[in-house]
Amino acid sequence: MAAHTQPGRPNQLFRNLNSKIASIPMMLTAVVIFLGGTIWTVVYSFTNSKLLPRLSFVGLEQYERLWDTPRWLVSIQNLATYGCLSLIFSLTIGFLLAALMDQKIRFENTFRTIFLYPFALSFIVTGLVWQWILNPEFGVQSVVRSLGWTTFTFDPLYNSDIVIYGILIAALWQGTGLVMCLMLAGLRGIDEDIWKAARVDGIPMWKTYLFIIIPMMRPVFVTTLVIIASGIVRIYDLVVAQTSGGPGIASDVPAKYVYDYMFFAQNLGQGFAASTMMLLAVAIIIVPWAYLEFGGRKRG
Amino acid sequence: MDKSLTMPISGPAISGSNGSRLQAGPQGKRPRKVLSPRNIIVYGALGLAAIYYLIPLYVMVVTSLKGMPEIRLGNIFSPPMEITFEPWVKAWAQACTGLNCDGLSRGFWNSVRITVPSVMVSIAIASVNGYALANWRFKGSEIFFTILIVGAFIPYQVMIYPIVIVLREMGLYGTLYGLILVHSIFGMPIQTLLFRNYFVSLPEELFKAARIDGAGFWQIYFRIMLPMSLPIFVVSMILQTTGIWNDFLFGVVFTRPDTYPMTVQLNNIVNSVQGVKEYNVNMAATLLTGAVPLIVYFVSGRLFVRGIAAGAVKG
Repeated sequence: MAAHTQPGRPNQLFRNLNSKIASIPMMLTAVVIFLGGTIWTVVYSFTNSKLLPRLSFVGLEQYERLWDTPRWLVSIQNLATYGCLSLIFSLTIGFLLAALMDQKIRFENTFRTIFLYPFALSFIVTGLVWQWILNPEFGVQSVVRSLGWTTFTFDPLYNSDIVIYGILIAALWQGTGLVMCLMLAGLRGIDEDIWKAARVDGIPMWKTYLFIIIPMMRPVFVTTLVIIASGIVRIYDLVVAQTSGGPGIASDVPAKYVYDYMFFAQNLGQGFAASTMMLLAVAIIIVPWAYLEFGGRKRG
Repeated sequence: MDKSLTMPISGPAISGSNGSRLQAGPQGKRPRKVLSPRNIIVYGALGLAAIYYLIPLYVMVVTSLKGMPEIRLGNIFSPPMEITFEPWVKAWAQACTGLNCDGLSRGFWNSVRITVPSVMVSIAIASVNGYALANWRFKGSEIFFTILIVGAFIPYQVMIYPIVIVLREMGLYGTLYGLILVHSIFGMPIQTLLFRNYFVSLPEELFKAARIDGAGFWQIYFRIMLPMSLPIFVVSMILQTTGIWNDFLFGVVFTRPDTYPMTVQLNNIVNSVQGVKEYNVNMAATLLTGAVPLIVYFVSGRLFVRGIAAGAVKG
C-alpha cells in the first residue's frame, strides 16, 4: 500500500514493491528451479558423477556412452515410433471426431463426456486397464479365440516387436478426447458464412474440410501439435504401469531410462546426459513454435 | 421460413374450419428425416467410437465385481454371474504392497493429504502471481513469466535432481511438505497463465477506480479481484485436483513408501511380482484410484472442458 507509482522517486527498486514481493515465488521458481535447475543438469551431464554429483568434467564422454548403450537406442526408437504414430493418429482421430460432433448432432454433451472422460484418468489407471484388456490369457485374444478363431494372436504386451503399439492403443484412448475438444473449439471458431459460401459453390463437404477448413485451422493444429508432442517426449507413467518397460527392455522410453539411471543405477552422469537429450528434443519442437507464435520474443 | 409466406393462401382452402393455427400454415423448419444416410453415418461412427471409449470402464467395473474362479473361466466382457463386493473391500483394506497389507486406504489418505494443501497453496500463489502480472507489471515481470511458461515444456526429468538436492538441503526431502512444494512449483506455469489471462480480461476501469479511491495492492486483490474471479478459481481447482491426484512421477521421487500417494501404491499393488494375481482386486483398486478424478470430471462438466485447453500443456 505504501509504494504506489510515484514518478521521480529515486530508488527504482521500491516502485511497485508489493507486486514485486508477491511475485517472489514466481521469480524464484522461474530463475532458481526452471532456469537454474536446467542449467545445473546440463552442466553436470558433462561430469562423471556416479552416486553423488561431482564436478569433474569428462567432456562428452557420457553422451558417447549414452549413444553406445543398446537400451538407450531402443528407447529412442520406441519414442520415435510411438511419437510419429501417436501424432498422426491422435490428430486424425481427434479431428474426425470433432468434425462428426460439429454436424449439429443431438446428445453432443453426452458424446463429449464419453470421449473426454479417459483424459481425467491418470496414466497409471490407463496403463493398468489396458494391461488387463490386452492380457493374452483373459483379454481380447482369449475372447476372440473362444469365438472360434483359435489361432488368433494379439498379445502386444508380451511380444517385444509390437509392444509399443499396445502402449499406443492405451495412449490414444486416454488422449484423443483432448484433441477432439481442441479441434472442436477450432471448428466452432470458423465463420458460418464460409460453409454457406462453400455450399453455394457446390463444393462437396469433404473437400471443404480438406481445402478450406483445415488450412483455416492452422493455429489450432499447431497448438495441438505442440501440446501432444511435448507430452510424447515425457511419456513415462503409462509405460511403467502397462509394461514396466518390458518384455525385457523392449518398451523402454527415455524418461524411464533417465529415472532408472538417476535413482536406481546410481549413475547420475548418464541420467543427466539422457535428460539433456530429452531437453534437446523438446527444444527442437518448441523453439520454432515459440518463434512463430511470439515473433521471436526472447526465449528462456 | 419462406414457405410460411406462400402457404396461407392454400392453407384455409384445404381445411377451412380448423382455426387459426392452420391459417398460418406450417411453421418452423422442415422436419428432418431421422434415418437419412447422413445421420446413420454420423451417429454410427460416433456410437462406435463411444463404445471404444466406454469399454475399458465397463471392463473395469465388470471385472471388479466378479470372483476369481469366474474370471479364470469366462471372458472379460461378460457381465458377472454373481456380483461380489469382496474385491473392493480387499483392495481398500487388505491389498499388499511389500510388507504392508493395509490396502489402498493408506494411499488414498496420503493422496488427500497431498492434494488438498497442494491445490490450496498452488492456487493461492498462482492467483497472486497472475494478478501482479496482469495489473501491477514491473520491469522484468514479463521476462520471468516467459521463463515460467517455457519451463512448463521442459521435461520434469531435467529438473528433478536439482530439486532433490534443494529439498534435501531444506530438510524436506521425503516429506509431504516437500511434495506439496514440488506440486506448487510445477503447477505454477499453467495456473499463473490461467489467472493472468482472466485478470487481464476484467475491465480495467474497475482497477483504476479502486486505485483512485486509494486501494493498494492487497486491498484490490482481496476486495475486488477475488470476489470477481470465482469461476476461474473453480476451473483451476478442478485442473489442479485431477492433475495432482493423477501424478505419479513426483510421488515416486519425492515420497517414501509410507507416504506414497495412491497412484504409486496402486502401481505397486498391481505390478508386484510376488503372489497370485488377483485381477478382480486389481481392477477394484484401479477404479478406486480413478474414482476421485472421475467424480470431479462428471460433476464439473463444462468447467473441466474449459480448464483443459489451458491445462493440457501440463501433459
